[in-house]
Amino acid sequence: MQTLLFALEVSINGFMTGILYALVALGFVLIFKASGVFNYAQGVMVLFAALTLVGLQQGIVPFEHLINNLLGTSIHGFGWNMPTLLALLLTLLSMLLLAWLVERLILKHLVNQNPVILFMATIGLAYFLEGFGDLMWGADVKKLDIGIPVGISDTVEQATHEWFGYGFFIDRLDITASIVAALLVIGLTIFSQFSKTGRALRAVADDHQAALSVGISLRRIWVIVWSIAGLVALIAGIFWGTKSGVQFSLSLVALKALPVLMLGGLTSIPGAIVGGLLIGVGEKLFDFMIGSMIGGATENWFAYVVALVFLLFRPQGLFGEKIIERV
Amino acid sequence: MEQVELANKNDIVMDIVNVTLRFGGVKALSDVSFNIRRGEIRAIIGPNGAGKSSMLNVINGFYTPQEGEIWFEGKRRPRLKPHQIAYQRIARTFQNIALFEGMTVLDNMMTGRMIYMKSGLLSQLAWWGKAEREETENRLVVEKIIDFLEIQAIRKTPVGVLPYGLQKRVELGRALAAEPLLLLLDEPMAGMNNEEKEDMCRFILDVNEELGTTIALIEHDMGVVMDLADRVVVIDHGEKIADGQPDEVRNDQNVIDAYLGVSH
Repeated sequence: MQTLLFALEVSINGFMTGILYALVALGFVLIFKASGVFNYAQGVMVLFAALTLVGLQQGIVPFEHLINNLLGTSIHGFGWNMPTLLALLLTLLSMLLLAWLVERLILKHLVNQNPVILFMATIGLAYFLEGFGDLMWGADVKKLDIGIPVGISDTVEQATHEWFGYGFFIDRLDITASIVAALLVIGLTIFSQFSKTGRALRAVADDHQAALSVGISLRRIWVIVWSIAGLVALIAGIFWGTKSGVQFSLSLVALKALPVLMLGGLTSIPGAIVGGLLIGVGEKLFDFMIGSMIGGATENWFAYVVALVFLLFRPQGLFGEKIIERV
Repeated sequence: MEQVELANKNDIVMDIVNVTLRFGGVKALSDVSFNIRRGEIRAIIGPNGAGKSSMLNVINGFYTPQEGEIWFEGKRRPRLKPHQIAYQRIARTFQNIALFEGMTVLDNMMTGRMIYMKSGLLSQLAWWGKAEREETENRLVVEKIIDFLEIQAIRKTPVGVLPYGLQKRVELGRALAAEPLLLLLDEPMAGMNNEEKEDMCRFILDVNEELGTTIALIEHDMGVVMDLADRVVVIDHGEKIADGQPDEVRNDQNVIDAYLGVSH
């Protein structure tokens, strides 16, 4: 009984992590569906969003190291903290600006190119953004705190203790993250199902030529999906950043999104979510039940092995479109 | 409004003047000129690879010709992007059906109303005021077209699961939803069985007669073309070889040669 409850607790914790995987994967799927571009930079966008938020909030002067070195000054921050809400708003605006710039400077010039070329361009974008973020805000590990409650939830622990005689340790941050992620997904779904622009997004995802023929501007749609991907990255960045500090390793979270995508399918939004949750729960449970028998640390590779199995037996993923090549 | 339309019954909707289209060194169209009159069904025919589809793609802006002019509604058309041409109320269907497969019939047809919907992103996000009003108004227009095409029963069905003939009809519906001044149909009967063909023929005639829509269509099936079209232009090897009433064209020696493959 005790083990079962413990397994349940582990699963719940995995579920919470899975939600964050799902968020990153969602960013990939949105862009891939609308433009056929596999955006390698999605993970770095998470990092960049979190960096910008911290930088603005802590009043770091952009490029202060560069300025100090070039001009011989010694600036260290503005000396004030920006109100969190304003910092959030400005970060959101910079993600929208980034989306616009990506369309202007990259996608526009590569229309109708081979997908591999677009993929390479996003790799370039990833490295550029990574360096640019460091240059702008400094490469040190930063603590992100925008007032989201963190730490073990006493309420959950007491309640579960009363019911099961065993207190669950659940982080309040994870609870908030789950709620916000759920709201985001519901919001996006409603937007894409019931609004004119949502309909245009779905249309572009299905057929570019037909979309053009009814008057949808592909370039406008691309700016919109990259903006939404930016928003999703910002939200993922806030929660991961709060959890483990804003630092380079944040962009590696995106690597976990790859097995999630292989599991869920590259073209399916529900797939990204279910895939994220399965990987999150799966890796925690596997580590709990089997990890100790084989020396532990299975969380590092479990997701990739699952992805590999899927690639062998169901390459389109759980929800992806079946790949049919016309010969 | 109606009177103006009657008065201009015979005027020209589109005038294509000396259009030449090249892909690298290959001439897809060379020096092609013809016009489309208001209210007529204008057929563009020709053997495989003659340049018919290229012509349609020029008209709706997917291709920009290197030479020549296109006059639309009495004005010379500047170089426009394909999605801008949709706003001029030129709508089309595709040879290989190009529907939004994941969407329902209704949603597909609503995309045809995109050009009339101007609410901003914020209004849509709040689903309030202009956005909501717009949806309702445009939905009414689409429902009328659904009735007209007799597809009420499938309005909530995802188009991907519909049989071929019905998909073609939905695609026609999406184009009609734009209330086009010029409707382009790229092989509307391609791949259909006889019954589906007859249905489609009837709908095309109804659209032309009851809605008064000007139609330009490409078709392979000569019999169909001769029944449907008011005037026919024949293209072969990218050049116009005949232009006139179906009967004239049918008996034109150049046309007969082109279809039978006589070498020049």
